[in-house]
Amino acid sequence: MFAELPLLSLLIWLPILGGIWVLMVNPENQSTLRTAALAVSLVTFVLSLPLFFGFDITTAAMQFSELKPWIPMFGINYHLGVDGISMPLIILTSFITIIVVLAAWQVIQDRPAHYLAAFLIMEGLMNGVFAALDGMLFYLLWEAMLIPMFIIIGVWGGPRRVYAAVKFFLYTFLGSVLMLVALLYLYSHTHNFSILDFHTVPLTMEAQMWIFVAFLLAFAVKVPMWPVHTWLPDAHVEAPTGGSVILAAIMLKMGTYGFLRFSLPIAPDASHAMDGFMIALSLIAIVYISFVALIQSDMKKLVAYSSISHMGFVTLGFFIPFMIVQNTGATDAAMMGIEGAMVQMISHGFISGAMFLAIGVLYDRLHSRDIATYGGVGHVMPKFALFAVFFAMANAGLPGTSGFVGEFMVILSSFAANFWIAFFAAVTLIVGAAYTLWMIKRVVFGEITPQKQSTVGQLVDMNPRETLIMVSLAAMVLLFGLWPAPLLDVMHVTVENLVNHLLQSKAL
Amino acid sequence: MENIYLTIVLAPLIGAIIAGLFSVSRQTAHRITVTGVALSCLLSVYVFKLMVLDGAKPFDGAVYTWLASGNIQFEIGFLIDSLSAVMMVVVTFVSLMVHIYTIGYMADDEHIWPHDSLSAKNSYQRFFSYISLFTFSMLTLVMSNNFLQLFFGWEAVGLVSYLLIGFWFHRETAVYANLKAFLVNRVGDFGFLLGIAAIFLYFGNLHYADVFSNADALAHITIQILPNQEWSLMSVICILLFIGAMGKSAQVPLHVWLPDSMEGPTPISALIHAATMVTAGIFMVSRMSPLYELSETALSFILVIGALTALFMGFLGLVQNDIKRVVAYSTLSQLGYMTVALGASAYNAAIFHLMTHAFFKSLLFLGAGSVIIAMHHEQDMRKMGGLRKYLPITYWTSLIGSLALIGFPMFSGFFSKDAIIEAVHHAERAGAGFAYFAVVAGVFITALYSFRMFFLVFHGKERMDKHTREHLHEPANVVTWPLIALAVPSVVIGAIALGPMLYQGLFHNVIFIAEAHNPFPMAHYQGVWGFLIHGLTQWPFFLAMAGVATAATLYWRGFTHIPAQIQARLSWLHTLLVNKYGFDDFNEKVFAGGSRALGIFLWQVGDVKLIDNGMVNGSANTVGRIAQKIRHVQTGYLYHYAFAMIIGLLFLLGWFVHAA
Repeated sequence: MFAELPLLSLLIWLPILGGIWVLMVNPENQSTLRTAALAVSLVTFVLSLPLFFGFDITTAAMQFSELKPWIPMFGINYHLGVDGISMPLIILTSFITIIVVLAAWQVIQDRPAHYLAAFLIMEGLMNGVFAALDGMLFYLLWEAMLIPMFIIIGVWGGPRRVYAAVKFFLYTFLGSVLMLVALLYLYSHTHNFSILDFHTVPLTMEAQMWIFVAFLLAFAVKVPMWPVHTWLPDAHVEAPTGGSVILAAIMLKMGTYGFLRFSLPIAPDASHAMDGFMIALSLIAIVYISFVALIQSDMKKLVAYSSISHMGFVTLGFFIPFMIVQNTGATDAAMMGIEGAMVQMISHGFISGAMFLAIGVLYDRLHSRDIATYGGVGHVMPKFALFAVFFAMANAGLPGTSGFVGEFMVILSSFAANFWIAFFAAVTLIVGAAYTLWMIKRVVFGEITPQKQSTVGQLVDMNPRETLIMVSLAAMVLLFGLWPAPLLDVMHVTVENLVNHLLQSKAL
Repeated sequence: MENIYLTIVLAPLIGAIIAGLFSVSRQTAHRITVTGVALSCLLSVYVFKLMVLDGAKPFDGAVYTWLASGNIQFEIGFLIDSLSAVMMVVVTFVSLMVHIYTIGYMADDEHIWPHDSLSAKNSYQRFFSYISLFTFSMLTLVMSNNFLQLFFGWEAVGLVSYLLIGFWFHRETAVYANLKAFLVNRVGDFGFLLGIAAIFLYFGNLHYADVFSNADALAHITIQILPNQEWSLMSVICILLFIGAMGKSAQVPLHVWLPDSMEGPTPISALIHAATMVTAGIFMVSRMSPLYELSETALSFILVIGALTALFMGFLGLVQNDIKRVVAYSTLSQLGYMTVALGASAYNAAIFHLMTHAFFKSLLFLGAGSVIIAMHHEQDMRKMGGLRKYLPITYWTSLIGSLALIGFPMFSGFFSKDAIIEAVHHAERAGAGFAYFAVVAGVFITALYSFRMFFLVFHGKERMDKHTREHLHEPANVVTWPLIALAVPSVVIGAIALGPMLYQGLFHNVIFIAEAHNPFPMAHYQGVWGFLIHGLTQWPFFLAMAGVATAATLYWRGFTHIPAQIQARLSWLHTLLVNKYGFDDFNEKVFAGGSRALGIFLWQVGDVKLIDNGMVNGSANTVGRIAQKIRHVQTGYLYHYAFAMIIGLLFLLGWFVHAA
């Protein structure tokens, strides 16, 4: 029944129009606007599900495609479609948006209509980024997406929100300008902006290198990779809870998605030539950033650094295949590396989202993100403590949670590339557990000291709405931890196709 | 059959979920979890009967596919053979006893918590949920047929251990100890995971049966990890996996977490930190015997690590005053014995000792717990003494446990410990000489610290205050019955299992021992009596007796003033032992402190100074500075602009001329 619906267009435009609709609801009537926003996000999520259930896992071709000429003079088309790489990310986006709307429920009192509308519009734009198969469309949506986020941080953010918002905007904007140059260069070869045509167009090694570098700046900033990561902790610290959740759960994935959709398939030879460099940056992110996370005193900064470190696994998984194939002569472990990285993207969406929401729960009550403010929270918020420990364990990659799956697959496959890559990647097992659980120890455990009786001592446990949010995220984390097979099945053929594509030189 | 295995695993899990997540009453919580574990235990006994007594064929099958990526498949499944059957019975039986015991031990738990803590309200239910969850995790570990599930169980027991050590999380020492336990275990897991990755790379599969059947083919492969250093693949794999075992089974230098884990309630010290979880490493190496048999290097390494643990951790037991810590160091030392057995290729002896130890050590812990309840949560032995007449059941069962521990003839520990000593005696690999010395000397130390504790607690002067003495009485039946139930196997299991486990091939085709390494060939079997008589003529027997006699004279009757004098004379030694050889200080300073210092350095110098101030704000500032300079060009005077234009024109002209 869904076959004839333009699902992807709906997933883009429904939340955008829904957001505009929310803006037009009488702002005095807060409960109506919330309900409206929730309804829009729920309907969007429901509409995203047929993508999964109707997905043909036997083909690497684009599915649910839509193609309409847009600016034919420049070969720009309104071209949408999903494969095993983008489809799970769209569902993740739709799911997380519900969570974010719920999380804003009573918390955002200042201009809630604008706040909710910004998130809904952003959802549409983000779905568009993942579904776009036209380079120009992609670029437009990619840049447009920055605007609602900029507003969310700049308007509803903390005290240094303007610095953070500008840093966020400039960092990511400057990165993506070069991407535009690369797209225009590719256009000069294919005379249209079809991303799929970009994949197949032969390019000289030199051209590939320039393209790779141009894309690298755009995507590395977004991921973010070391050393262009410093905007993220600032943005997180100043962003409201919902902004942090979207930032961590979805926006960072735009960067890694970009590597899969652009850098690797368009410039496979350059990717091969640069793989050592990329692996080195990924390992620095995993190890260096873990130690930086260890000593943070601000919970949001800690989780922000933890995100950077976890995203290091994603970029590591993307760039080890060349070495694996060279080493083992087979593609099995190479595919597992990329798939592990993709699982990590999805899983990190749930876990980091939940971590930021948990911090939000505390922040809403005591208006502090400082670890030292807390201590002994478990005595007054036992329900919160349960979820905090659960998501901390997931963040530390405990088997049985989704946090384990991706790291496990990437570490296993990187061993096939080189012992030392696996060695440094596995450091996260120790340091990742250290920074996460040390924070838990200082926040959740311990005794409530007499000085904190009036603050921590008075905390009220999570309400049903907060509990519902946590339960639904925990369910996803457990589901994909105990049974990741469905997720892998969706990805596999696409990844197989990608790996085979990567191994064929397209250099002239 | 598969349904039976699933029930064994899932019954405790369901109990844990109901007790933990649904607000049930205390009674429902313990009823449901005890029922679940009892069901597991009964079915395990049934499986044991099938596998061990009836000699049924091992079961090796998948339950579901965890994930598949092309040709790579990871499955969740069971391998049920004599080894897992033995482990299942031990785990579920001890767990059942501990569940029952907990009903009494945790009855007044809410008084331990700060009075207004909401977590105190259901701490009883939570505790039952945790120990049932532990049973589930441990069963998935021992019943696994692949490395993935092994790792899952491995980490899951670590999680529950973390939750239970820090159960009373208002205590700073408890939450310090649980973090430490988790992180030290993670250091082991670091090696363990790399070992699994190596197996995956070279065997292409994580299924035990496939790995074992291909092991011989890969026996002679060497790999380069450091440039120009050819290492045997098997040695690398085995040592990496063993690093995991060193964490979980608390071998030097990763032993540091186990004594601190005594911060947890006593029932879990018995279940997790004595009988089951800490033996996971021993079980794992035994399970992997087809791999370990191929690496002489790894076995020597194991032998030496085990010997160090067995001897030096025993010494530490001598200077402890906390009743639980004595038992904890004793556990470390006994785990060392098991590890030595592994290193001597006597995997069956290791499992034998694992089993007897599970019974008598959980008995000793639960006995200590019984003392602790009677003493109103006093754990300092200097405030005990003369408890024999107040706690008769605890007294007799603790005596049985202690005799089993020191290897008193015909008690279970006698057979298993002598088997280990025999095996090391016959072993010929590097390190065997030292290991033999360590395990023999360890016998004296074991007897000394065990009976030091025994006499200090149950005999001699009553050193407690008046109030405590007036309230001293044997705890409730739910506490004493498990003691009795554990005392029985502590006495008899050794004599029963000796023949089948060591000589008669109970583990035939399950544990693989190369013919040349086998310390217990069937031809040497002279029956239980033969073993007994042989044991009575050997050094360890006399050393054990000497240890008991020394303890009696120093801590009961005769020369009780001597220990203080020794302590005064050898104060440096005493300090060394009290400081636990300085491992904790070293770790705290170098690893914990070092990591924090590194983190601060990377953050302040790397992120803030170089990247943010240098690159990011730096480039912003540079743009600003250049703009400052260039701004001066815009003076607003017409003649300046005209001048600039003329210079520009001249420059362009010159360039064109030059180019032409």
